[in-house]
Amino acid sequence: MKHVLGAVCGASVLLAVPAMAETTLTIATVNNGDMIRMQGLTSEFTKKNPDITVKWVTLEENVLRQRVTTDIATKGGQFDVLTIGTYEVPIWAKKGWLVPLANLGADYDVADLLPKIRDAVSTDGKLYAAPFYGESSMVMYRTDLFEKAGLKMPEKPTWDFVIDAARKLTDKNAGTYGICLRGKAGWGENMAFLSAMANSYGARWFDEKWEPQFNTPEWKTTLTTYVNLMKEAGPPGASSNGFNENLALFNAGKCAMWIDATVAASFVTNPKDSKVADKVGFALAPNTGLGKNANWLWAWNLAIPAGSKKTEAAEKFIAWATSKDYTKLVASKDGWANVPPGTRTSLYQNDEYLKVAPFAKLTLASIDAADPNKPTVKPVPYVGVQYAAIPEFQGIGTQVGQQFSAALAGSTSVDAALAAAQTATEREMKRAGYIK
Amino acid sequence: MARMATRQRVVISTIGAWLFGFLIFFPILWMVLASFKTELEAFAIPPSFLFFHWTLENYVTVQERSDYFHHAMNSVIIAGGSTLIALLIAIPAAWSMAFSPTKRTKDILLWMLSTKMMPPVGVLVPIYLIYKTVGLLDSRIGLVFILCLGNLPIVIWMLFTYFKEIPRDILEAARMDGATIGRELVYVLTPMAIPGLASTLLLNLILAWNEAFWTLNLSTSNAAPLTTFIASYSSPEGLFWAKLSAASTLAIAPILVLGWFSQKQLVRGLTFGAVK
Repeated sequence: MKHVLGAVCGASVLLAVPAMAETTLTIATVNNGDMIRMQGLTSEFTKKNPDITVKWVTLEENVLRQRVTTDIATKGGQFDVLTIGTYEVPIWAKKGWLVPLANLGADYDVADLLPKIRDAVSTDGKLYAAPFYGESSMVMYRTDLFEKAGLKMPEKPTWDFVIDAARKLTDKNAGTYGICLRGKAGWGENMAFLSAMANSYGARWFDEKWEPQFNTPEWKTTLTTYVNLMKEAGPPGASSNGFNENLALFNAGKCAMWIDATVAASFVTNPKDSKVADKVGFALAPNTGLGKNANWLWAWNLAIPAGSKKTEAAEKFIAWATSKDYTKLVASKDGWANVPPGTRTSLYQNDEYLKVAPFAKLTLASIDAADPNKPTVKPVPYVGVQYAAIPEFQGIGTQVGQQFSAALAGSTSVDAALAAAQTATEREMKRAGYIK
Repeated sequence: MARMATRQRVVISTIGAWLFGFLIFFPILWMVLASFKTELEAFAIPPSFLFFHWTLENYVTVQERSDYFHHAMNSVIIAGGSTLIALLIAIPAAWSMAFSPTKRTKDILLWMLSTKMMPPVGVLVPIYLIYKTVGLLDSRIGLVFILCLGNLPIVIWMLFTYFKEIPRDILEAARMDGATIGRELVYVLTPMAIPGLASTLLLNLILAWNEAFWTLNLSTSNAAPLTTFIASYSSPEGLFWAKLSAASTLAIAPILVLGWFSQKQLVRGLTFGAVK
């Protein structure tokens, strides 16, 4: 009997030991190429940390946002590491939903993070998320079509030049359109582009007292220019085009210019996916001479929710995935062209990277040109270039996006869309108590 | 002459029915075709219908990246479990309401249906908090329970209308012949109720299999069924249609096969009883 009891005790100790020592991290992420690559390299992390296992939850961006918000707001504790955007970081940090990242390790080199990106993920001087990859927006254009038309793209084009070139390069019979821009409604879709464009025209979402500004001449000029330009030189059905639709159009050779995320540069120059891979040039997003370019700033970041009970292991993972060594690891496995861009200064000083990424310098210049703390010509009370980092923005942005998408589709006029946007935004801001 | 006209009508209506059927089936066919294309071909405009470079690359990628069988097993357990429990509760409930109705039966039926009128997102936070407190988040039993509750009103309604169709005279005749309640249930009622039961079971199974709101919101990895498997292949930046189609084809395959084999029962049940 004693032996049996001893054996049972021994077995239960043996069974219990690995369970006690092993920490399982649940990581929520989006289905973007760089994240999928990170998932594939997880074994490199677990090899170094045999006491940690990793479980991935990959979801579509909007589903992930809803799922993660529900969990973090209820302190559900289902996730240990979250993939969140620059929009969420300041809002969630202020609400105390995120754990500040103070123990990323001595060799992490926080100073190497690009200053604009670091600002975007810090609140009150504390880092609340670590950037995994960053992006801005820029002009991608067809060098062959520009040459044929006798045009030369300046490095810092103005809107006048872009509009004129788009008109000249449009050949609707041949199925070539001067410019492809986002038109699909959504705060992260058409409003990302239009807010950045509006910044370059001197417009802003709110004045210093949180009054919505869609009734100003700057917004009218922005929206009128956009709608007219797309009518004259854009592809048909542009009001339902988002990033992926425009990427497909550009890769098929249908667009002479495309203004969108810098991350697209590696897609359009990849001969496996693009018919025009060797005919693409890059330039900064257009301006009107007011001091702001029409480019945004975004980063996907890794953060720890306050509900997690495994913060130590989670921080270890974040430090690994956003480190310089991770970049080297990706380079050794998949080549320098595939490393996550837009987060570290050292990457843009690396000759091997610069050799394979012709768009690298412009990506860096675009990121540098965007300032989330001073996004507009006139002063604003909010942080964020293509969004205002307040919880109400998702709803407002999408409502306004629907109005502007309707104006592009022709189902409403520019004036009516602006008036409706103003009314909807005023109503929401009053309801939220920003204005009376 | 009249016979020719009738034949012509039959031919026309047959062609019409086939065309309509094809139209309904087309999105599924298109999805299956897209799963054999490369990402570039899946996005190409104009799209190619059959003449493209056929590839299994997407299926290989999906297999490499995700554990299909883990998700499929979860789907089988969650959909099967919730359906069985729903039937166990619904059969006696519908039985008593059909054969011994009271003054309040109608009100109870309407009240049960009214629970379906509220969009699920309205109760997401309370349910999430309850599940968190009782430790049911990311558990199969939690999903079985919520899907069972969600589908219960429909199951009861369907069974109630099937049972109501069964003539009471037959039951009385059985009783007069000396049948006990047990015998009456097994030998008289069950054979008559089988088409209705089968179609309710199948419909509920399909509803539970495809349910994407609760399964996405209350599961993370351990209990994640095929709906989360599909959701992981949609991407805001980058081409994903072909891989998403491959994942979706794999996800619907089991239920499609089941539906195919049991379509006779399903159609019979649906046209015979309740939802006519």
